[in-house]
Amino acid sequence: MSLLEIRNLSVEFETAHGLFRAVDSVDLEIDQGEMAAIVGESGSGKSVSMLALMGLLPWTARITADRMNFDGKDLLTISQKERRKIIGKDISMIFQEPMTSLNPCFTVGYQIMEVIKEHLGGTRKELEARAIELLGLVGIPAPESRLRAFPHQMSGGMNQRVMIAMMIACNPRLLIADEPTTALDVTIQAQILELLQDLQHKRGMALVLITHDMGVVAETAEVVNVQYAGQQVERQNVVDLFAKPQHPYTYALLSALPERATGKRLPSIPGVVPGLLDRPTGCLFNPRCQFATDKCRSTPPALHSKVLCHYPLVDGKPTNNHPGVSGPGSSGQGSSGQGSSGQEALGGNV
Amino acid sequence: MSQVQNTLDQNETPQTEAPKTISPFRQQMREFWFYFSENKGAVAGLFFFLFVVLVAVFADIIAPHSPIEQYRDFILIPPAWQEGGNVEFLLGTDPVGRDLLSRLMHGARFSLYAGCIVIVISLSIGVMLGLSAGFFRGMYETIVMRVMDVILSIPSLLMALVLVAILGPGLRNAMIAISITYLPHYVRLARASAVAESARDYVTASRVAGAGTWRLMCITILPNCMAPLIVQASLSFSTAILDTAALGFLGMGAQPPASEWGTMLAEAREFILSAWWVVTFPGVAILLTVLSINLMGDGLRDALDPKMKRS
Amino acid sequence: MAVETVLKANNLKRYYDIKGGMFAKGGTVKALDGASFNLEAGKTLAVVGESGCGKSTLARLVTLIEKPTDGELVLGGFDIGSAHTAEEKRTLRQMVQIVFQDPYGSLNPRQKVSTILEEPLKINTSMSSAERRTEVLSMMSRVGLRPEQADRYPHMFSGGQRQRIAIARALMLRPKIVILDEPVSALDVSIQAQVLNLLTDLQEEMNLAYLFISHDLSVVRHIADDVLVMYLGQPVEHGSREEIFSNPQHPYTKALLSATPVADPSRKRERIKLVGELPSPLNPPSGCTFHPRCPLANERCKAEMPKLAPTSSAQVSCHAVAEGRS
Repeated sequence: MSLLEIRNLSVEFETAHGLFRAVDSVDLEIDQGEMAAIVGESGSGKSVSMLALMGLLPWTARITADRMNFDGKDLLTISQKERRKIIGKDISMIFQEPMTSLNPCFTVGYQIMEVIKEHLGGTRKELEARAIELLGLVGIPAPESRLRAFPHQMSGGMNQRVMIAMMIACNPRLLIADEPTTALDVTIQAQILELLQDLQHKRGMALVLITHDMGVVAETAEVVNVQYAGQQVERQNVVDLFAKPQHPYTYALLSALPERATGKRLPSIPGVVPGLLDRPTGCLFNPRCQFATDKCRSTPPALHSKVLCHYPLVDGKPTNNHPGVSGPGSSGQGSSGQGSSGQEALGGNV
Repeated sequence: MSQVQNTLDQNETPQTEAPKTISPFRQQMREFWFYFSENKGAVAGLFFFLFVVLVAVFADIIAPHSPIEQYRDFILIPPAWQEGGNVEFLLGTDPVGRDLLSRLMHGARFSLYAGCIVIVISLSIGVMLGLSAGFFRGMYETIVMRVMDVILSIPSLLMALVLVAILGPGLRNAMIAISITYLPHYVRLARASAVAESARDYVTASRVAGAGTWRLMCITILPNCMAPLIVQASLSFSTAILDTAALGFLGMGAQPPASEWGTMLAEAREFILSAWWVVTFPGVAILLTVLSINLMGDGLRDALDPKMKRS
Repeated sequence: MAVETVLKANNLKRYYDIKGGMFAKGGTVKALDGASFNLEAGKTLAVVGESGCGKSTLARLVTLIEKPTDGELVLGGFDIGSAHTAEEKRTLRQMVQIVFQDPYGSLNPRQKVSTILEEPLKINTSMSSAERRTEVLSMMSRVGLRPEQADRYPHMFSGGQRQRIAIARALMLRPKIVILDEPVSALDVSIQAQVLNLLTDLQEEMNLAYLFISHDLSVVRHIADDVLVMYLGQPVEHGSREEIFSNPQHPYTKALLSATPVADPSRKRERIKLVGELPSPLNPPSGCTFHPRCPLANERCKAEMPKLAPTSSAQVSCHAVAEGRS
């Protein structure tokens, strides 16, 4: 049995314009010691789904799921009190902005010890020893002296390390990292990612990495979930995803990376992620998809072997009796790059 | 949460792209009214305030009598519904036989006038000082802010009293004095927003485009600092009315026979026990007006302060 | 056609004096300490480095928001030190414009798009309002915005569209040089590609010179012709894109390249791990500023500051490379 199992999770928000579905039937399964990544652009609902798991969403959110099990316990039915015991102890989460995630009024040491005391207890001496041990573990030099430092006295990278130390203080079985390195410099990002992988291997921790950076995914994750407009469009292991993307969105996203470009022009995806009022019928990606057919515009696709598409791609070409299968590389891709500058503007009102 | 916000942002594009394009101003007003009207107290306050404004404007027409004419035969007549009351004088008369209702109606003029002038003076001077302090920084800022601190450190009514004592009693001088005591609030608010805004990229972009100091301050930065200032103005409108009344009560504000509410209270002080209506009605008028303005200010803050808005 | 050098920087320096507070000691921050480079029309020079390396200070100097402490800055043949009259300054200013990183903060939320776009014209030209309007609309269509969007406010646009507006504003005065300060790092991948394509098109169309400031090496590799790598206010390596990316010399450039994640999971490689963090610019290390984090550092590096010197490929400022110690 896997450590975390989420089936058909949906999150809806009540807004002034009606119900908005931020997360639309997402599945996630992760085992002890595994590393999964959730990739998507802003508005793809990647953070919201994990916040729903943590129970950190505001009251306007409506969360539904077929199953949400952690370590054999059903998170949907347990009481708030029991949930609090799990959250923060067995599941913890780190956020993008290390500077704002730590309380600026208290010293680093105090904040770490507070977390340990809350969940595990212990005397002041024990707490301090454990805090020093943790700071050392996440690679902070001279941890004894850092205990009395305030967050603003340290750099962003150091603060993120402190954040990680706090979150692994209770030996969580699952760590959710929400864009942990986006606010950091490249060399520091490399250090933090290495630290996370290291902790995951050494402690058998499961790690969910939420990111928009395909490079980070390629270098760290094992299994990748690609999300688009709240839906999970593709789920593959990392090597296959990058080599043989099956969903047109994944394919387009990878081709849009500057490092994969061959010419001076990048094959971009026209338009923007649909929001609340411009949700297309049928497949949510169809207005931006270069392979879209009438079927895509009318019928929402079902999951085909972990890909949410009527015509999953093989080598960048659609299969499954796609009516217009003629070789997309020649026609579709070229034109999508060509008209891109005008198309984004037009994309808004599709 | 932020993601939801994001998608909502994007949504506004298609929504406004509908053929019947609504002008941004009307859209803003509509949004403003949406948030404002959620606060029922604010709406009630708004209606009462509008009522007071109308009464003040048309006081000459709707007041049954002249506010200063003394009906010597009808001294200290109780309100109409009490024994001995007269339908001619609905709310009764004062110790020299003037109609209380008419005086209250005309008094609304003084109060609103005083409130408006105080706000205009302190807002304009305060914004000018605060904006320039936040923009130029350095020694100038230090001097301006320290002077404001000095003003703040003296109790405001005492300060106003001293100023009126120097300038001489009268409604005009009272208004000037009260404006000065209110200045620091506006200067501080304006300076804080100016400092925050001038660090933003769009200000730098204007600077790169060659915008001069005047343009940067008044066209680029000022409109972005207005929301908190408007809220502050609406809230201090009521205190301005109160302070004018207080000065009037102490004999330092509007001078008799002006029917300013505070002055009316002061004149009727000795009849508190024998004729309740001469003090009650001006007091109630002050109370309701101030209350309605405060309620309205609350609603205004809800509608203008982005931090109070929900997604 | 001879190439036109539109921007020449020679040993550009910018120091900030930090006032000593009640408890803190004062000092001088060398935000930019000797940058030299040339930029030709139609070319892109990328300035790469981590936070605190002096990229943004460089942008502020070139856009004439701040004056250099020392050094020479020549814009399109005019030395900025010799511009004294208002007229000369205006000519210089029209030559350089800037696009910022954050498309949400760089547009005035209280102004319509058309007002934002016509502001540079209003200040610097004597065009009538009808002429300005025409100019605004033609620039909008050039960056892929529709004319009816001119009377909307910035909050009605998505991030990518706002960045288009910012680009349009920068181009209103027909500048020769555009400073792009991390123009795509706040955007999603798919939108990033659209904006990069737009920038490439505009460069070709208008023969623009770009000073492209970025920390994202994969974007730099795509768009740059020349690359300048900076560390703590000083240039450490300066060369063409090929030189920097296929044959990096300076240990910092190497580390930066190896730390950049590559979207290819099958490529498992040895990472050069940099120890420690960026030192405080208020109190930089002696000698070569990189030596506390450098795997090749020796005694000479601690004592003596290296100078940018030509090598077989790019210009490098490193004792180890000069001595062949790598």
